[in-house]
Amino acid sequence: MLKISNVETFYGKIQALRGVDLDVNDGEIVSLIGSNGAGKSTLLMTISGVNKAKRGNIVFNGENIANRQPHKIVDMGICQVPEGRRIFSRLTVEENLRLGAHANEKGKYFENDIKEVYDLFPVLSDRKTQRGGTLSGGEQQMLAIGRALMSKPKVLLLDEPSLGIAPKLVNQIFVSIKNINKEKNVTIFLVEQNAKKALELADRAYVLVNGKVTIKGSGQELLKNKDIQAAYLEGGAKN
Amino acid sequence: MEKKDIIQSFKDSLFTGLIALALFGPIVGLRTVSKGEGLFITPQWGVVFLLVGLCILGRFLININSARRTEFKIFSTLSSKFSSVTEDKAKHFAITGILFAVVFPFLPFTDRYFMDVAIMILTYIMLGWGLNIVVGLAGLLDLGYVAFYAVGAYSYALIATTFGWSFWICLPLAGVFAAFFGILLGFPVLRLRGDYLAIVTLGFGEIIRIILINWYEVTNGPDGITGIPRPSFFGLPFKRSPDEGETSFHLFFNLEYSTMHRIIFLYYLILVLALITNYFTLKIRKLPVGRAWEALREDEIACKSLGVNPTNTKLTAFAIGAMFGGFAGSFFATRQAFISPESFTFIESAIIVAIVVLGGMGSQTGVVLASIFLIGITEMFRDLEQYRMIAFGGAMVLIMVFKPKGILANRKPTILMHGDKK
Repeated sequence: MLKISNVETFYGKIQALRGVDLDVNDGEIVSLIGSNGAGKSTLLMTISGVNKAKRGNIVFNGENIANRQPHKIVDMGICQVPEGRRIFSRLTVEENLRLGAHANEKGKYFENDIKEVYDLFPVLSDRKTQRGGTLSGGEQQMLAIGRALMSKPKVLLLDEPSLGIAPKLVNQIFVSIKNINKEKNVTIFLVEQNAKKALELADRAYVLVNGKVTIKGSGQELLKNKDIQAAYLEGGAKN
Repeated sequence: MEKKDIIQSFKDSLFTGLIALALFGPIVGLRTVSKGEGLFITPQWGVVFLLVGLCILGRFLININSARRTEFKIFSTLSSKFSSVTEDKAKHFAITGILFAVVFPFLPFTDRYFMDVAIMILTYIMLGWGLNIVVGLAGLLDLGYVAFYAVGAYSYALIATTFGWSFWICLPLAGVFAAFFGILLGFPVLRLRGDYLAIVTLGFGEIIRIILINWYEVTNGPDGITGIPRPSFFGLPFKRSPDEGETSFHLFFNLEYSTMHRIIFLYYLILVLALITNYFTLKIRKLPVGRAWEALREDEIACKSLGVNPTNTKLTAFAIGAMFGGFAGSFFATRQAFISPESFTFIESAIIVAIVVLGGMGSQTGVVLASIFLIGITEMFRDLEQYRMIAFGGAMVLIMVFKPKGILANRKPTILMHGDKK
């Protein structure tokens, strides 16, 4: 469904991605783990078109989207939940969700779509007239995910959904991600530092080191992998 | 308060005095007087020492007060009065305000001078509302808004004097021209943000003014355009003695001729134009493009990731903001019957931005309050002649002291769900 081959992305002269190859199949949850600065977020930004790939192809449903504009890519059905949530803090919860429907703004299914989001995250429904900035970190993350779902994506790109969130809520959010995948049939590409959680959830996973994929396999395989345990799981295993 | 604090405050105020001396010394102290052949310097140190003394004293008083952690009593009472102006009350204010504006021309104390000031305030309210789309909603700081005002005014003046078309045809055309210039400005500044955007828009405002001065063949340069047709009341001109075969306003309605008819008509014209601007802004805020403006102001990357096209969104903000500037410009031209580049200097942009910022970015009612406050105060002190800009500056400082986020800083959510009551 989404096939990334040999993608290289630069920030000025600094190369962040050094030829990334990976693919995501329809209906899967694919996780990408790696340490700070490995290029995880850059890869997501490159897929969603906010950063441009200098070389390589990103093929989505048979079309190369590597040089498309971000809003065109959202129209095609790839939506990103950016790192750090990036809620519109002075707009209400409801307005945030309406903005999510911007690409999908026929208005026809809006009432239905928003109800689905509220069913998924009931807390948002209680807070719909509240400003985004007044929500807790976990609620903001739910809002960010809900907002992205409003565009009716085929693929949801999640950038560190556990970042800065209370551990209890992290579990809840990972359960929701699984639900979105299974019940709404949305393909998930998840980038995480919380490697254990990400690998447990994933059908398949990749490890990104210095802008290159070094290890790939099923989530379970990677959980057992000695190198990964040593590099990414030891400290975080207690979570 | 301890002795140490007093000494500290005193030292600090002496230092302030030193700065004041450095500033006032050359500016005030050395006065140039032209006598016969050439300029001569007349020192006036007395005034300098007076000013420096005032600075030291003022600073000392502020220091003592802040050390005590108390405010001047007058500060706190005034500020609490101001903060009771909430959005809820603002709604009542809006309704009474519109009603008042409608009956204003017929109130017993209203004379020609009041009407002129009211028309001026309404022009600034309209400009403020227009700019509010760009600055308040889309968050693009535009310091060259006067350019669109100028484009609107000149479009109207040139079309009306060349082709003799009526105001009602020229008005939309002027709006279209201004919107076109808005897009023209929009393109090069799409990638800029914050201060850099502000600098380029500032430059754009100056470019337009300088073109107006130098493109003599078209704009008549610094001499300006004279004899711009006045608007008619749906085809009825406001003339004492109408031309052959024409009926004028006072004859048609069987009234005694008065110049006030035209003034009152102009007043209602700008009132309607301003209210249209307001209505349009309130409506568009609830549409996808309006929401996208506000979202873009908050976070551009999040917008991109949600499929908002920032290019189009910014361009529409510039174009629509400029269009209303253009409407206001045509009104200005038809009211004055004479325009020249003099009327479109940077200070105009600065005043409009000040109205938007001091009103509370994005608040429609705030713009009204700030216009009345800033323009009204400046007018009240007209007798002070060249010193009245001090009143203008003073008014700005007062707002910033009491309401640092603007008169109405709170933005009302644009959506409330069915049955939800705030």
